[in-house]
Amino acid sequence: MPEQLVFAMEVILNGLMAGVLYALVALGFVLIYKASGIFNYAQGVMALFAAMTLVGIMNGQVPFAHLINSTFGTHFHYFGWNVPALLAVILTMGVMVLLAWAVQRFVMRHLVGQEPIILFMATIGLAYFLEGVADLMWGSEIKTLDVGLPQGINLWIDETTFNIFDYGFFIDNLDIVATVIAALLVAALVAFSQYTKQGRAMRAVADDHQAALSVGISLNFIWIMVWSVAGFVALVAGIMWGTKSGVQFSLSLIALKALPVLMLGGFTSIPGAIVGGLIIGVGEKLFEFAIGPMVGGATENWFAYVLALIFLVFRPQGLFGEKIIERV
Amino acid sequence: MLDNSEGYVTEDGRKIGGVVMEMKNITLRFGGVVAIKDISFDIREGEIRAIIGPNGAGKSSMLNVISGFYVPQEGEVWFHGSKRPQMRPFEVAQQGIARTFQNIALFEGMSVLDNVMTGRLSFMKTNMLQQALWKGKAEAEETENREAVEKVIDFLEIQHIRKTPVSRLPYGLKKRVELARALAAEPKLLLLDEPMAGMNVEEKEDMSRFILDVNDEFGTTIALIEHDMGVVMDLSDRVVVMDYGKKIGDGTPDEVRNNQEVIDAYLGVSHD
Repeated sequence: MPEQLVFAMEVILNGLMAGVLYALVALGFVLIYKASGIFNYAQGVMALFAAMTLVGIMNGQVPFAHLINSTFGTHFHYFGWNVPALLAVILTMGVMVLLAWAVQRFVMRHLVGQEPIILFMATIGLAYFLEGVADLMWGSEIKTLDVGLPQGINLWIDETTFNIFDYGFFIDNLDIVATVIAALLVAALVAFSQYTKQGRAMRAVADDHQAALSVGISLNFIWIMVWSVAGFVALVAGIMWGTKSGVQFSLSLIALKALPVLMLGGFTSIPGAIVGGLIIGVGEKLFEFAIGPMVGGATENWFAYVLALIFLVFRPQGLFGEKIIERV
Repeated sequence: MLDNSEGYVTEDGRKIGGVVMEMKNITLRFGGVVAIKDISFDIREGEIRAIIGPNGAGKSSMLNVISGFYVPQEGEVWFHGSKRPQMRPFEVAQQGIARTFQNIALFEGMSVLDNVMTGRLSFMKTNMLQQALWKGKAEAEETENREAVEKVIDFLEIQHIRKTPVSRLPYGLKKRVELARALAAEPKLLLLDEPMAGMNVEEKEDMSRFILDVNDEFGTTIALIEHDMGVVMDLSDRVVVMDYGKKIGDGTPDEVRNNQEVIDAYLGVSHD
């Protein structure tokens, strides 16, 4: 087999893995958008917030330590215990549910029936607010996150591919784990939204508030649920990205990478988010591999956005989105 | 003749039971505007009760008070013999009061079947995990609910559009789907807000037939608002007449028809 082709295969595999992580973030957007018609700009910051909270809880950090210490002149920073990863994840999920409740209680409830653009603006505000709160609670320094997920080169793949192609593929164990978790998450989310009573109610609320009320659905409950689910997806994305590249502010910028994914896949489609993520992941890696060297590299920074622009021109609803029909 | 608690027998021989819902001195204001002024009436088990009146009389407001969308400033709502605390609309729905809307409120993105299925949401008792995994009682429960829904769909003759997205349906059929969703909830009281508004004669006849059949077949208690006097008089057992937020008549269609105040409100009267 020609060497170039073998390289390309490795690139595609790595692209698929990266794509899964993009899809994970995009999923959070799709869920909230489907359930409430809101484009949640804060999704990326929620992932950052979740990851920071997780690290903070695991390390036994005192929340709002700086605030407390500068107010009272104390020197509290750590409780002096370490919380096991699994327990910390559960506690963090609790915090995300609290956050969902707060968002519903203090922001969304007051904006029922408003234009989508106003709700969108509210989520921008929420993003900056949450970013500040995250820093205030846990400090702004870069942290490492290790919840015990396997990391580093997968030796089995390396060996097997070496035997076949005379060239060992480098596939990170973390990417494999991320793929499995993303697949499970998607299956769970689809089962939840298609087959459960709460999922049905969620779709009903997205469609028509009045009608939903008339069949006995509590809007407040559904909204808290939707934001909790988004918080859960944010937590999963936060763990994956945080483990990969450290917990720091740039984590919230992965949300921007989700935008082209959504434009490709369509804002309303769960399969769309996955396929869109994979296309972008593979596309940018392949492009960098094939064209990158000719234009001086760093194409990964812009490739996704250009692809999304092209899609916007020819297929604005995305690959799987609901067709936009304007009636005159 | 109507105030005995045992109920009464209609002209066509149907037996009407005791009071299901009683409105006591309801007053509803929007700022300075009085939409409903000190109105009392009751709805009895198994009857078709109409609320009529000219435009702006407060009919829809009254229906919204019953279904919890509006909260009256004064007065009490009694349901099945006990005073109802202040409730939000979804809680009222869970109590067994289903409704349709004047300007159709359907889930436009869902199929007819899914729309009608939402009417069964309060019947689903198994937990989320069972439903998601399709295990245990969840499957039996889903089948049971589907059967109930299919029965309603058959009954209202909308089998042929079961899988059609609601947004593609013509107006008349949308109204029927909305009725189906309300019926699927097996309501103790069914509220219909102008079920025949904007329909042609044929559609009106269909809808009238369905309303009568629903009442006959399931014994559903129905309260409806309607403009078309002919339809109202044919359908209903008793009629409340409203004008400018006040009750000006209450009784059988014949009694109401001969009530001078009602005639004045509808035909206009010279103020001299």
